[in-house]
Amino acid sequence: MFLKDYITDVYKAVRSLLTGMKKTGYYFVHPSEIITQQYPENRHDLNLPERFRGEVVMSHDENNEHACTGCTACELACPNGTIKIITKFDITPEGKKKKAIDTFIYHLELCTMCNLCVQACPTDAIKMSQKFEHSVYDRSRLTKKLNQPGSKIREGVE
Amino acid sequence: MYTQTEIIKDTTQLNSNGNEGELVINVGPQHPATHGVLHLVITLNGETIKKIEPHLGYIHRSIEKMCESLTYRQFIYVTSRMDYLSAHINNLACALCVEKGMQIEVPERAQVIRILMSELTRIASHELWVGAMAMDLGAFTPFFYTFREREVINDIMEQTCGARLTMNYMVPGGTMYDLHPDFQNRVKAFIIQFTSKVTELEDLIANNIIFQNRTKGVGVLSAEDAISYGCTGPVARGSGVSCDIRKIQPYSGYEKVSFEEVLEPAGDSYARYLIRIREMYQSISIIEQLIDNIPEGDFQAKTKAVLKLPKGEFYTRVETARGELGVYIVSEGGTTPYRIKFRSPGFSNLSALNHMVKGSKIGDLMATMGTLDLVIPDIDR
Amino acid sequence: MFSLAHITQIIHDWLYSSFDPTLALIIECAIVILVAIGIFAVLGLVLVLMERKVAAHIQIRLGPNRVGPGGMFQTVADTLKLIMKEGLTPDLADKFLFNLAPFLVMIVAMLLLAPIAFAKGVQIWDINIGVLYISAVSSLSVIGILMAGWASNNKYSLLGAMRSGAQIVSYELSAGFSILTIVVLTGSLRLSDIIASQENGWWIFKGHIPVIIAFILFIIAATAETNRAPFDLAEAESELTAGFHTEYSGMRFALFFLAEYINIFIVCAIGATLFLGGWMPLHIGGWEGFNHLMDYIPSSFWFIGKTFFLIFLIMWFRWTFPRLRVDQLLNLEWKYLLPISLINLLLVTVIAIMGWYF
Repeated sequence: MFLKDYITDVYKAVRSLLTGMKKTGYYFVHPSEIITQQYPENRHDLNLPERFRGEVVMSHDENNEHACTGCTACELACPNGTIKIITKFDITPEGKKKKAIDTFIYHLELCTMCNLCVQACPTDAIKMSQKFEHSVYDRSRLTKKLNQPGSKIREGVE
Repeated sequence: MYTQTEIIKDTTQLNSNGNEGELVINVGPQHPATHGVLHLVITLNGETIKKIEPHLGYIHRSIEKMCESLTYRQFIYVTSRMDYLSAHINNLACALCVEKGMQIEVPERAQVIRILMSELTRIASHELWVGAMAMDLGAFTPFFYTFREREVINDIMEQTCGARLTMNYMVPGGTMYDLHPDFQNRVKAFIIQFTSKVTELEDLIANNIIFQNRTKGVGVLSAEDAISYGCTGPVARGSGVSCDIRKIQPYSGYEKVSFEEVLEPAGDSYARYLIRIREMYQSISIIEQLIDNIPEGDFQAKTKAVLKLPKGEFYTRVETARGELGVYIVSEGGTTPYRIKFRSPGFSNLSALNHMVKGSKIGDLMATMGTLDLVIPDIDR
Repeated sequence: MFSLAHITQIIHDWLYSSFDPTLALIIECAIVILVAIGIFAVLGLVLVLMERKVAAHIQIRLGPNRVGPGGMFQTVADTLKLIMKEGLTPDLADKFLFNLAPFLVMIVAMLLLAPIAFAKGVQIWDINIGVLYISAVSSLSVIGILMAGWASNNKYSLLGAMRSGAQIVSYELSAGFSILTIVVLTGSLRLSDIIASQENGWWIFKGHIPVIIAFILFIIAATAETNRAPFDLAEAESELTAGFHTEYSGMRFALFFLAEYINIFIVCAIGATLFLGGWMPLHIGGWEGFNHLMDYIPSSFWFIGKTFFLIFLIMWFRWTFPRLRVDQLLNLEWKYLLPISLINLLLVTVIAIMGWYF
C-alpha cells in the first residue's frame, strides 16, 4: 500500500511538472505570441487614445487666437500649483479696459496629469495633448509658456 | 559616533548576548522580495525564523496631511498614489465619502461605470499579484503571462480614463468622462482573452507540485487571529472570515449585482492564492452582468463648483483588491478637510506577518509575504 | 570522412619531428591551455546569450536584440562592461579568500573540460578513470562557493553558501549512482570506451527503462549540482538577494557567472557522453546504410547538438518551475532520488549480468 502511494505521488508530481513545461514549450515554439513592442522604432505608428493625458497645451487657431480669458479657474483647480497665470489689461476699441492673459505659465515638472484644470476651464481653452516624451537635459525647460507670442483672445469668448 | 567596524562589532555582541547562534538579517529596504521599500528585521536561528520586526516609513509622503490643504475635488487624485494597484477603488472611496457628506445623488449610469472600473482594477491588481507571487517563489515566467492580460486592462483604462495607473477618473458626483464608445467591445474581448488564458496559471502555478509544496500549510493564519490582527480582504477570506464590504455594506450599487463572496477555510498561502484566482472569476461575472446593461443617463451629477462639506465626521469603507479601505473625513465646514485618515488594508495585513511565519524557514517568509499582497506606499501613505 | 582527429595527429607529429620531445610537450600543453581558455570564454558568451534568448521566447519577449544582428554581441558588451567595473571588496571580508574563491570555482570548471571528448579524437586527456575523475573534481566547486560565502562576511552569502554545501553534497550521490549505471553496462570508467560501446546504439535506447530513469535522475541531479533553478537555493534571488555572490562585483562576479555556465555545459556534455553517445552518430544496430548516412554528419556536430539539447532542457526547467524550499530540496534527494537510483542501479546490474540489453 505504501509503495503504491509512493509511486502515485511520484507519477503525479512528474505529470504536474510536465504540464507546466508543455505550456512554456508552447510559447517557445510560437514566436507569433511575442508581445514585445520595439519602442523607439514604432514611434511613428504609436496609437495613443485621444483622452491620453500627456501634458497641458493651449489650442490656438490659424489666426493665432486662443480661448483663454485669464479667469484663473485652472490655477485654482490645480492641486500642485502647476499653473500660474499672469494677467494684463488690454484696451478694447471702445476704450474700455479688458482683462486678458499676459503669460500662461505651466510647470510640467510639477504636473501630475490629473486633468482637473481642463475640467475647470469654462471656455475649453486648455486641453491635454498626447505627447509623452518629456525628457530634457535642463529642468528649466520644463517650465513652459503656453500662449504663443502675439496671440490674443478669440472674438466672442467671454 | 561609531565607526563602521564598531557598529558591526556591536551587532555581533548583541547577537551572542545570551542568544547563542542567532543571526539578525535586514531584509530590505532594498530587497527583491519586499516589492518596495519595506524593511524587515529578521532574527534567524539557522534557516528558521524566530522573529520578524517590520520597520516602516521609508516611503511615507504624509498623504493624509497633504490632503488637509487640498479641496474636496483636489484631494482625490493624491489617493491614487497610496495603493497604486487599485488606484481606482481608492479614488472611489474618497468620492463616496465626499458624496456622503454633501448628500449628492449619483446617477445610476455613473454607479454602474464605477462598479465596472472597480472590478477591472481588481482583476488587474490580482493579475499582477499572481505574477509577483510566482516570482517570489522563483518562477519568473508567469509574471510575463499575467502582465499580458493586465496590459489589456491598462489599455482599456487608458482609452476611457486617460491614464494607465493613476487614473483620477472619479469625481464627487460621478465620473470625469463618459465611457469611451469602444469600451464595451474591448471589455468583451478582454473577457474572452482572460477566460482562455487564465487556465495557463493552473498549469504553471496552481497544479505544480513544487508550488503546492511551497504554499500548502505555509503561513497559516487562523480565523481568530485574522480577526484579532484586523486582517481584511483576501487574507482574511483565506482564513474563512467573511469580510467583503461589497456584501456587508454595499456601496455604489453592489447590492444590485449578484456575486459570491469567496471563502477558503484553510488559512494557508495556497488558500490565499485560490481566493484571489476565484475572485477574478467573480469580478468577471460582475462585469458580464453589467457590460450590456449600462443604463443611459448622466455620468455625473450636477454639483457646485466649490464643494463644502457640512461640519461633522464622515466615514466610508470600500473593498479594494487588498481589503478594506476606510476614509474618515472630519470637516469644519470649509472647502478643505480638517483632518483625513485612511484605514489602509496593507498595514493590518502586514501586522500578522510575524505571527504567520514564526518558526518556519526563510523560503516560507517569501511565500507568506507574497500572499499578503503588500503594496508598501499603501502601508506608509 | 572529415575528422578532427587527423588534424590533431598532424600537429602532434609535426611538433615532435621539429622540436625535441620536452619542448614539444611544453608547446602542446600551451596550445591545449590556450584552447581550453578559448573554449571557456566562447562557451560562456554563447551560453549566456542562449539563456537570455530562451528565457525571452518562453516569456513571450524578444530578448536582447540591440547589440549586433539579433543581439549577438550583447554578452560581449556585457563582458566588456564587467571588465571595466570596479571590483569592490567589503571592508571586513577575508581578503585573500574573497579574491581566491572565484578563481577556484573557475579552475574547477576548467579542470572538468579535460576528459570531455568534443569530437572523434579531440579529447584533452583520455584518462582511464575519466568518470571517477569527473565526479571527484565536480564536487570540488562547492569549496569555492563555501569560501566565497564565508569570506564575504555577509549573512546572505553565508546562508547561500551553506545551502549550496548541503545541496551539492547530497545530490552528488544520485548523480554518482546514475553515472554508475552506465559504468556497470560498459564495464569501463574510460570515457572513450563508453563512447565506443555505443557504436551500435546509444545507451538510452539500448538500456531499456532503467537507463531512461537513470538519465532523468542524472538531469535532475545535474540541475541541482550546478545550482540552477528550481534548485538555485544558493542564489535564491527573492530570498537571499544573490546568495553566495552578493558581495562580488566586476570581473570576479563575471568569473562566478562564467563558471556557472561552464558547469552547465560540462554536466550536459557528460550526460550526452554517457547516455546519448557523445560524438557518436545515431547508429541503429544492423542498419548499415542508415549508419553510413549518419556518419557523414561530422562527429563534433553530434556532440554539440546533443549537449545543447540537454542545456536547453535545463534552461527550460529554469524558466518553468518555482524554487524548492531548502528542506524540500533535501527531502527530494534523500526520500525520492536516492532510493530510486539505488533500486535502479540494482536493476541495471541484473540487466548487465543477464545480458538483457542490446
